[in-house]
Amino acid sequence: MNVKDHIPAISVRNLSKTYGHGRSAVTALKDVNLAVFPGEVVGLLGPSGSGKTTLLQCLGAILDPSGGKISLTGETLYENGWRNKDRRALRRDHIGFIFQRPYLIPFMDARDNIAFPPMLQGKPNKAARRRADELLALLEVAHRADARIEALSGGEQQRVAIARALANDPPVILADEPTAPLDSQRALIVMKLLQQTARQARTAIIVVTHDDNIIPLFERIYRLRDGILHEERGEGREMPSPAAAT
Amino acid sequence: MISLAYRDIGNGFGRYLLTGLGIGLLIGVTLTMAGVFRGMVEDGRALLKAAGADIWVVQRNTLGPFAEPSSLPDDFYHGLLALDGVAQARNVAYLTLEIGAQHKVRVMLQGLAPDTPMPPLIAGRPISRSHYELIVDQRSRFQLDDIIHIHRHDYRVVGITRGMRSPSGDPMVFLPLKDAQKIQFLKDNDALYRDRKHLADNPRLNPPGNPFVLDAVEQTLFSNHRVNAILVNLRPGYDAQRLADDIEKWLRVTAYPTKRMERILIGNLIATASRQIGMFLAILTIVTAAIIALTIYSMTQTKLREIAVLKLIGTPNLLISRMILLEAVGLGLIGFLGGKLAATYWAPLFPKHVVLLGKDTLLALAITLTICVIASIAGIRAALRVPPSSAISG
Repeated sequence: MNVKDHIPAISVRNLSKTYGHGRSAVTALKDVNLAVFPGEVVGLLGPSGSGKTTLLQCLGAILDPSGGKISLTGETLYENGWRNKDRRALRRDHIGFIFQRPYLIPFMDARDNIAFPPMLQGKPNKAARRRADELLALLEVAHRADARIEALSGGEQQRVAIARALANDPPVILADEPTAPLDSQRALIVMKLLQQTARQARTAIIVVTHDDNIIPLFERIYRLRDGILHEERGEGREMPSPAAAT
Repeated sequence: MISLAYRDIGNGFGRYLLTGLGIGLLIGVTLTMAGVFRGMVEDGRALLKAAGADIWVVQRNTLGPFAEPSSLPDDFYHGLLALDGVAQARNVAYLTLEIGAQHKVRVMLQGLAPDTPMPPLIAGRPISRSHYELIVDQRSRFQLDDIIHIHRHDYRVVGITRGMRSPSGDPMVFLPLKDAQKIQFLKDNDALYRDRKHLADNPRLNPPGNPFVLDAVEQTLFSNHRVNAILVNLRPGYDAQRLADDIEKWLRVTAYPTKRMERILIGNLIATASRQIGMFLAILTIVTAAIIALTIYSMTQTKLREIAVLKLIGTPNLLISRMILLEAVGLGLIGFLGGKLAATYWAPLFPKHVVLLGKDTLLALAITLTICVIASIAGIRAALRVPPSSAISG
């Protein structure tokens, strides 16, 4: 563990999110505090409608919270109404997304879906495609590199989506039920890959899941219920001071 | 960097191409309508050019011989020849009728006086006899040596011209002036019989003991010595407008310099038709524009989720905008090329003369591309409004 590992990759303080106004207002997140450190794979559990996806979207800079503070790798993303203007670059350079469904770009083949984020970062096409081939091999879909997305099975598509999330070596990966479309064996492979990525690249990973098979693999588990976050199992690392979070 | 537009088009190239060609058919129809209008103007000009006159002398206070009926005595040209500056004066008769037995064709007949320059031929020979010979435009589909029955006589096709049409687009047929006069004014046998009987029954026209009166009256009524116009050519150095003014002043007829006749032909004769075509063209252009705009806009709408995913993974707006713009421009170019090709290939099949001018084609290209760019702006606005979160909702 190096010095940087003491600064959380994901730091959330008093985060709240309310949909709607007045009587129709629905509170999805209430005073959520969370810190995920580089190299950690954290599980986020909770029943449907508990606010898991909302939390992930807030962390992923695709949904504005109503209050609180979010920092990613020390960079403030949101603080009580103030929002980072360059959220697009933040998403591109700092966050890898994995969702329940792959959401791949249908007009690119598997390789280019993975190579596109590094290209957006300015990597040469050759290098980006080489990286895509490495990830495809790692996820056992190298033979489908040139296939059109519609020609891939659901499991293959999901593995390509995971590879895309890893392509930029982001410091943060947000995964919303990434193993849902996979069989149990492949689900374990994917989780192992995420753990390996976390360990080697010091990536902080939050995984929302309902999959009982993979729950034991998490170092820490948080549970959301009615918008309130509880830590269920973990090393009991303390939340960093506000100064460390910024 | 990957070209998003290229990839997206490549992914559904067949559909993209068909959409472009569909738009192309609309553009083709629009180009053809413009071509029909241009054809009418060109036909009018060609007719005047073929006549080769500097001044058109017609019946007083008429816009004849095309826009209004005009009738002049066929010996009137002698008076014109006496004027200073007149090099040549020729009678001419025009009439429109349907000819042919196997295939009926509506044509404009032009009676040519002897010594009148013949229209340029692509086959056969000029009219050399004083009766019953025809020169036809190839668009009439008559062949050399075809025998064509017109009213009471048979005429042989001796020459073929190309591109000679009336302002209405009917192919021209040239024949000796005397024949044209006969065709224009000669009645059928039954009518002649009735008229003769009517005259003979009138004792004032058929007085007893003087059969010459009836003969004289019949001679006057049943022979035709009238033409529709006289074409005047000037000697070098004479001003057409001044001489036309002199002709009107001294001979009490109406005389139009060729420029004025062109304005009458295009401004009066085909004005209504051209306004109608103009209206149709305007509506067609608006409909085409609306369809192009809607196609491009809906093309973007069907990609909103992909656009949201692109935004989610950090694609800059510029790349997304460029994709939409390039696809729109590509669609416009396919449409334009398809339309131009379609118009070029189907134009000869139209009964009307269709003239596809380069400047009209360029204008159509500019309008198409402008519409595409404007439509893509609407698509780009819609794309830029899409929140990245919509990629993962629903």
